[in-house]
Amino acid sequence: MATHEYNPEEVRKRRIKGRRKRKLREWVVFTGYLTPSLLGVLLFFFGPMLIVLVQSFQRSATNSEFVGVDNYVHVWNNQAFRSAATNTLIFAGLAVPLAVLLALLLALLLSSKIPGKSVFRSIMLNPMMVPVASIVLIWQVMFSYNGALNTYMGWFGIDKIDWMKSNWSRLVILILFLWKNLGYNMVLFISAISAVPSEQLESAKMDGANAVRRFFSIKLPYLWPTIFFVGIMSLINSFKIFREVYLLAGDYPYDALYMLQNFMNNMFSHLDNAKLTAAAIIMCIAMIIIVGILFIAENRLGRDTEE
Amino acid sequence: MKKNEITPLQTLPTPASEEKHDHGSIRDLQEVEIVRLSEEELEEMHAKARVEAKRRVRVRTAVEKFWIAIGFILALAVAIFALMPIVLTILDSFMSTDEIKTNYSAVYNSLSSAAAETKTYLSSTPKLKMIPDFVSFSQYKTLLFLSPTYLLKFWNSVALVVPIVLGQIMIGCLASYSFARYRKKRREVLFFSYVILMLMPFQVTLVPNYLIANWLGIYNTWWAIILPGVFSTFSIFLLSKYMRQIPSSYIEAAKLDGANEWHIFTKICLPMCKSAIYAMAILLFIDYWNMVEQPLILLEDAGKQPLSVFLSQINASEVGVAFAASFIFMIPPLLIFLYGEQYLVEGISRSGIK
Repeated sequence: MATHEYNPEEVRKRRIKGRRKRKLREWVVFTGYLTPSLLGVLLFFFGPMLIVLVQSFQRSATNSEFVGVDNYVHVWNNQAFRSAATNTLIFAGLAVPLAVLLALLLALLLSSKIPGKSVFRSIMLNPMMVPVASIVLIWQVMFSYNGALNTYMGWFGIDKIDWMKSNWSRLVILILFLWKNLGYNMVLFISAISAVPSEQLESAKMDGANAVRRFFSIKLPYLWPTIFFVGIMSLINSFKIFREVYLLAGDYPYDALYMLQNFMNNMFSHLDNAKLTAAAIIMCIAMIIIVGILFIAENRLGRDTEE
Repeated sequence: MKKNEITPLQTLPTPASEEKHDHGSIRDLQEVEIVRLSEEELEEMHAKARVEAKRRVRVRTAVEKFWIAIGFILALAVAIFALMPIVLTILDSFMSTDEIKTNYSAVYNSLSSAAAETKTYLSSTPKLKMIPDFVSFSQYKTLLFLSPTYLLKFWNSVALVVPIVLGQIMIGCLASYSFARYRKKRREVLFFSYVILMLMPFQVTLVPNYLIANWLGIYNTWWAIILPGVFSTFSIFLLSKYMRQIPSSYIEAAKLDGANEWHIFTKICLPMCKSAIYAMAILLFIDYWNMVEQPLILLEDAGKQPLSVFLSQINASEVGVAFAASFIFMIPPLLIFLYGEQYLVEGISRSGIK
């Protein structure tokens, strides 16, 4: 019986040891679940990203002489990079607000009392599933110089517009972007609208608040998080617009459609490692800043509505 | 007695006297007397009120119906806009090659001005024709039996997309589970860096992908696209958000029953996240089925390119079969949409909720 003597110090030690062991086991298990992904991400993204960072300060891929920020200066002063960045930002600046606003309006429409809502939702979500490559033909038939739209406009005596080879090309791409992305955004908004507490809406209705008033003072505060989420998703998608441009206009689009990805493709085909890496780092930082601003803005607005 | 003198004035003008029923029975009796005194008047008032109320309801329903009609027309317009390109592509795919050339050659000649000089157009103004003169399967025949490259590219697409979707879902589920269950500070930092990576556009991520593909010697092979796709963090953000919504009481209960982590993962977590996983698989499928950026840079051989890239070349050179090619290319995602729309909508909906 002497060995089983109660020793508080011993018990405490054993308990701490047990807790430590459990914590360690927990760490091992959950790190195990993460390992495949972590290894892949380190090997394919984070690791090479560091190499990109290092190479952006070197003369070229073969000559590892340290050149400071020369590459950054070159990229920054590069006319093609500038116009590519401007075009991409102009497009995002037009496309993201429109994608958010129109999707919100559509979601409000489909949250009202109109008949056939679920059918409309399916139809409007449908374009999201259709590969752009499949419908560019129709876009070309519509918008090319001898295309259908110019013919129809001719009936009303409107002059032909060279849609794809003028600044109107931005509009053509914008319509394609909205066609493809509105459905996804709309579904996000519909679910957010249905989560607005209905008692508040009812009581506001009893108090005589009209639909516009009800939207701005009750629904909108609940919708801010979704608006930001949709905004960020649309922003990511607007940076993918190169796809649409490439499929519609090929390798050498009109100047207004020359996007950052076109610039990168050029650098790839010239194997210009210095500019490539520096441009990637610049865009990475720009992206982090933009997203950071959005997150901060969301937090601010979120706090306002909670108060 | 003073009170009784006032009551008639109060009760008369309002026919609806619900409140008064709550009061004592004596006062009720008194009121009944008063009401009986002015019965005819009251009856008249009731009638007036009824007519007025009916009129108001009629006006309101009329206004409401008007707005609903406007809304319906708007929704219909948007729906037509959404469907038209798809429907036109399908209908045009049943035109014969000659008919396509008659109607659209002007369009495609203006696209490549060099070709315009050599070819003679059959029609200088294109007609956006809805319905083919007669249904012809000649486009499909040419495409499926006479040009093997097309089918080859189709299989290229399948061979690239299927491993990416399956792989990313598997690895993504494991990682999301880890992020959802083990929430220590350093893990949250790692999670945040995953999110940043998810937000990075191709313009940024393709450079490291290109470097590593060269270093591993997989440049210009499918692996150069499949591996980064499998390890992309796109699915992890949304899946782990979803998994965090699983009530911890479920997990505690399972633990008490002696379930280990693997059991909790496979028997509780995965079944509960079924719709999110399906939705994610659909989103990934459509994104990679549509890919253009990665193959353009990571694959040099035209023979290895997926259909999404090849289609733009068909479109430019062989207008006669392009519509059928486009339609066949959109069949797999459309079938998936028909089958999985519910999961997709549910998955998207819940992903937006914080």
